[in-house]
Amino acid sequence: MTIRINNNDVAPPDDARVSLLDLLREHLHLTGTKVGCNQGACGACTVLLDGDRVLSCLTLAVQADGHQVTTIEGLGSPEEPHPLQAAFIEHDGFQCGYCTPGQICAAVAMLREAASGMPSYVTVDLATEKTFLSLEEIRERMSGNLCRCGAHNGIVKAIQQVAKEQAA
Amino acid sequence: MSNVQNAVIGTVRTVLGWVPSQWLPGGTPDPLIERRAAIGQQASRLDGPAKVSGQARFAADVAMAGLSYATLVHSPITRGRITKLESGAAEAAPGVILVMTYHNMPRLGIVPMIGGTNLSAAGNSALPTMQGPDIWYNGQVVAMVLAETQEQADYAASLIEIDYREDSAKTSFENAKPDSRAPASVLFEKNHVSIGNAEQELNRAAFKVDNIYRTPGHNHNAIELHAVTVAWDGDTVLLHDATQAISATASAIAKLFNLKNEQVRVLSPLVGGGFGGKAFWDHQIIAVAAAKLAARPVRLILSRDSVYRMIGGRSPSEQRVAVGADAEGKFTSIIHTGYSIMPPYAACPEPYTLGTRAIYKSKSFEIIQRYLDLDIVPNTFMRAPGEAIGTFALENAVDELAHEMGLDPIELRLRNEPEKHPISGATFSQHATRQAYLDGAERFGWEQREARPGARRDGEWRIGMGCASGGFPYVRMPGVNIRIELRRDGSAKISCSAQEMGMGTATVQTQHAADRLGLPVEAISFELGDSALPVAPMAGGSSQTASLSGAVIAGAERLTIELLRLAGNDSPIAGLRAGEVQLAKEGIASLDDPSRYESFRSIMARASRDEVTVTASGSPPLEMFKFAMHSSSAIFCQLRVSDVTGEIRVDRMLGSFDCGTILNPKTAASQFKGGMIMGLGLALTEETLFDERSGRIMNASLADYHVPSHLDVPEIDVIWTGIPDPRSPLGARGIGEIGITGVAAAVANAVFNATGTRVRDLPITLDKVLSEIP
Ligand code: FES
Ligand code: FES
Repeated sequence: MTIRINNNDVAPPDDARVSLLDLLREHLHLTGTKVGCNQGACGACTVLLDGDRVLSCLTLAVQADGHQVTTIEGLGSPEEPHPLQAAFIEHDGFQCGYCTPGQICAAVAMLREAASGMPSYVTVDLATEKTFLSLEEIRERMSGNLCRCGAHNGIVKAIQQVAKEQAA
Repeated sequence: MSNVQNAVIGTVRTVLGWVPSQWLPGGTPDPLIERRAAIGQQASRLDGPAKVSGQARFAADVAMAGLSYATLVHSPITRGRITKLESGAAEAAPGVILVMTYHNMPRLGIVPMIGGTNLSAAGNSALPTMQGPDIWYNGQVVAMVLAETQEQADYAASLIEIDYREDSAKTSFENAKPDSRAPASVLFEKNHVSIGNAEQELNRAAFKVDNIYRTPGHNHNAIELHAVTVAWDGDTVLLHDATQAISATASAIAKLFNLKNEQVRVLSPLVGGGFGGKAFWDHQIIAVAAAKLAARPVRLILSRDSVYRMIGGRSPSEQRVAVGADAEGKFTSIIHTGYSIMPPYAACPEPYTLGTRAIYKSKSFEIIQRYLDLDIVPNTFMRAPGEAIGTFALENAVDELAHEMGLDPIELRLRNEPEKHPISGATFSQHATRQAYLDGAERFGWEQREARPGARRDGEWRIGMGCASGGFPYVRMPGVNIRIELRRDGSAKISCSAQEMGMGTATVQTQHAADRLGLPVEAISFELGDSALPVAPMAGGSSQTASLSGAVIAGAERLTIELLRLAGNDSPIAGLRAGEVQLAKEGIASLDDPSRYESFRSIMARASRDEVTVTASGSPPLEMFKFAMHSSSAIFCQLRVSDVTGEIRVDRMLGSFDCGTILNPKTAASQFKGGMIMGLGLALTEETLFDERSGRIMNASLADYHVPSHLDVPEIDVIWTGIPDPRSPLGARGIGEIGITGVAAAVANAVFNATGTRVRDLPITLDKVLSEIP
């Protein structure tokens, strides 16, 4: 079997201990995915596994066998950015840029979760089919992604702008 | 930091006091303050597209053939000695290339330490790195394992067996007090300040407060882990390092390994956050030594646990602040004394009283700091060292005094605004704290605040508002060198070994250089992050922008002279001197008669030159000693406290800043907010928990040390006076650190306003509030 990463087939590593994070960074040189703790506490390593967000540091590479992985490099490029990537620049949703790939990957999946009606801790109407993404909703849903530079306001604004565009 | 230093600095200040200000840097205001085009624009970061698409390369991202991976082993004891070290099983484990301990680590000296006397140094510890069996603190590195893969290195590290003999250790803050020491100076300032008799004035003051404030240790927690990728090539070594001290790291490695400066190259074009934590520590030394012994390129990414154990943070503090006022609310006494930790092998004091010296006038002052010697990882500077926690104590006390007097806390502060520096008597270069307060109060809606604590409620929530002052001194570093290459095609490249950790260094200096050289922004490139470029000091003290700007000014002056020389006698500008022209519209123009002009292109074509290159270094920063140069801020906070749980939710914050010219409103606003958010963590959640029984940090992970997360961060409003400082390049003062100052006090004061509970012990957690709620 193979892991499909950004539309390329990759063989799973021989060493079963290799995390998806290290497979990406050290074996494939896809270093857009970042490492901030290696223990599930910061969100910097967030990637998409079949469209859902996962922490690649807590995912063994072999667990991704037979699945689709999308990393920040697979979302867009400097020349052709994903709408969220462009919105992050517009709203200055980063300073050092280290948490940024994880924030953007998490946001892509989060918008999908919200669109499918998945509630959060701050959702008032749990039966709703489609969540309205207030700033508070975005903040709660993005709280697994830490940013030490304090770009929170810009990140949340960037996501809200894209959420509005998608809803329109 | 000695009496000698006090005497030298005192003399410089006295002499500069006699020197007419026109003779000094900043004597006449920078002409660009008046004519700016690119400066002040909302430019997006130049590195933005690379950062959002995962193309930006950090130190641990560099690919290299034959790379090997390192893991560190830390001491679990605090003081003592290694008695047995068994590494055979680790050496035999699959993939292991090298196990390095004090047995086989190359014998190395001590690195030059960060400090006032050596600005080209970045060392944080005077302890030797894996040179012997002695253990000085819990978490000290005792072994390194190098293997073909990270997984193999991590596993093999677990096979190393070490026995220790444990000695008694100094781990108690309280018990260390009898042996505390008071240094002669703290950073550049004399430590002990005694003006009038502050205790006596306090005793007879009409109104007074006198309390103890406590702040815990903190860690920087940049999201990027400390990381270095090292490769030797013959007798030269290349480090891809995550550092805020590029040149200093290169020279430290050269000194330790007995190399010439040209034999060491440090590349660090992007750093994933520093905040003071990314200077020079043991890991760079160990990686370079391992790469040499193993003759292999090495990647060493510290685990988050390792970062806590071997990279020091902000010292805890215990501060006494007393303020006395007369019946009109004029301060008659300010006392600020206290303790922080600083082992003798550390380089960085926690100067929490420095801010107090500049912020209010008072009839008398008594200020002195004492250091405690504990056996810990050497503490270091962390964002706004001193002011971040010093303002918590002082600004809490002022709020308490205002409450005591039944006076609005802003009014009390404004009544004590100094006209000149309260201690030195120097003139302020520019100072508009009053305006920052008035603008901030109006925009925030301060008039909605109920003076009586606990008066505003909304269901289970008690609502409160608070404010506090912040401040940070202006620093411009000496020894900033820069190269400007102007090309015939009308482009220019500026080069300097400066650092980019998210401040937007290149973005802002590109804007600056465009205006300075009279070129469009697109024509400028700014190259940094490489020790092979002209030397710049480390990024610290919020000094980098002013320091680089000073060097760009010097470079532009050199370039002007060189171009005038090349223009010769057949030019419309012939005969003009450097002081009579300006660089504008892609050429040189006479200041008096702008029709006398020649373009760079035409000058260079006539001289048959493809490029003109100059190097220059910024003028000595004498303006800092002649004038009192301080930024200030007014921070406002509104929050809710739950009656039921004691939970505190901050609903909005506003920062109103007086920091000189703002060079790029977009990146500046982000930097201010970033500081304020770190201040929110300081106020409510952040604490490095230290087990005084064992000397060990108990919460060495991002799961247990709580930095603010998205849901903790409200919308933050940021405004500024924007009044240029006539004494600094571009009229700007640093903005990287001031954001954090004042925030913890503004939050504490709002908690008091909401609940009537005064918390003088950070962080303000639920238990401290709830136990007091009636
Ligand atoms: S690196 Fe995976 S959560 Fe921090
Ligand atoms: S931008 Fe630096 S950590 Fe988020």
